[in-house]
Amino acid sequence: MRHLLSTAQLERDETIELLDQAAEISRLNEESSRKFPTLQGKTVFTLFFENSTRTRISFELAAKRLSADVINFAAEASAINKGENLKDTAQTLEALGADALIMRHPKGGAAYSMANNDWTTASVINAGDGMNQHPTQALLDALSLRQGFDIPDGKGLDKKRVLIIGDIVHSRVARSNIDLLAKLGAEVIVAGPGSFAPESGYANLDEALEVKPDAVMMLRVQKERMNQPLIPSDREYANLWGLSERRAKSIPDALILHPGPMNRGLEISSYAAESEKSMVLKQVKNGLAVRMAVLSSVLGGKNATV
Amino acid sequence: MKTVMSEEDIKRTSRRMAHEILERNSEPFLLLGIPTRGVSLAQFIQQNLDEIAPGNSELGQLDIGLFRDDLDTRPAKAISETVIPGNVDGRLVVLVDDVLFSGRTIRAALDALSSFGRPAEVQLAVLVDRGHRQLPIRADYVGKNIPTSLTEKVQVKTMDIDGENSVVIE
Repeated sequence: MRHLLSTAQLERDETIELLDQAAEISRLNEESSRKFPTLQGKTVFTLFFENSTRTRISFELAAKRLSADVINFAAEASAINKGENLKDTAQTLEALGADALIMRHPKGGAAYSMANNDWTTASVINAGDGMNQHPTQALLDALSLRQGFDIPDGKGLDKKRVLIIGDIVHSRVARSNIDLLAKLGAEVIVAGPGSFAPESGYANLDEALEVKPDAVMMLRVQKERMNQPLIPSDREYANLWGLSERRAKSIPDALILHPGPMNRGLEISSYAAESEKSMVLKQVKNGLAVRMAVLSSVLGGKNATV
Repeated sequence: MKTVMSEEDIKRTSRRMAHEILERNSEPFLLLGIPTRGVSLAQFIQQNLDEIAPGNSELGQLDIGLFRDDLDTRPAKAISETVIPGNVDGRLVVLVDDVLFSGRTIRAALDALSSFGRPAEVQLAVLVDRGHRQLPIRADYVGKNIPTSLTEKVQVKTMDIDGENSVVIE
């Protein structure tokens, strides 16, 4: 695997292999915070054209745990604002000897352009592009589900029913997960307000919860869409679509996932966020392990002669 | 393809290696197999140790996937489990691998080991030493020395992974 741009490029077997690696790494991370020399001498850039502190520090720590040199290209404060285009940025980082570029961009397809235009020889990892994809998020969610269900390494998520709730249409997290979880054999169901969910999904959360999901995945409400015609108000959204205490109690055995940062009291109640079934912190831990596995996988065998 | 060690040979050899390890060390030790087949061999040796001197050794395994120095030229290999009973600080550790070749696996294993702590002493046991070292590393216990050319492939097969116990040269 040279780049990781989309979950679409991952076959089931390859996905399970990546999850197995990440699972092993997460066990090592549990034991101690020590570093591994795997990526010694490699230079990794994080390029975030859109703010995301959590994803950036997760990738940054992953690269550092593998002994790579990590440089933060603070895209907002940089030449981008002076008008530099993506190609020039790519070529500048190439000239500095970049081995991997971890990229977050507000436009869908940005990571693909970066990887497929002969601008750079670096491996590109998509850390979220517009409404398109966020593959490492889907991988870390899949790993958290597998651990939460006590499914052993080497296996998928066959026959598990996962309900994704919220702004399905505008969410790269939902898009990546729907694809990846289905490949792993899970049954993926979506629910969200009519303006946010495909017609095949549920338009009423209480009805959706009656399908007895094995896990629910809450999506963050993007505040920038609030008070626009699509969502009239916070309170209405919380009432209709929030995972309240009552709703969480109606599915006592289901795992609860949220990609963070959470809007408590809006899409998720404090009760749900802190319940025994909440995987939120597990997801953060697994994010680190998955990104370590992805980095060593895209950088492995790059200069292979055979 | 030529079989150079049969199941019977491997049995006898691992028994001899168990005796040699005990002969040289009076204190209890930790036997760490290097995945994948080093782990199976460590099990063979441990079975013998359990018969000869029960309770004198503990068995574990040490993965080196994240410690290799050839990531550039070979795709990342699957990472296996590392199991270390207790810790390694101040203990005698005997590393076990199937084939000793360039010595790079053992270098990586030494790095991996030192990331867990500081053993009192580290020794190395291998079933086959095929020569062509690229680093100043030698084994303390060798099952069989097999001189090879660089183009040949030495393959140790074990029951749990390959369905048979043997050593072949291609």
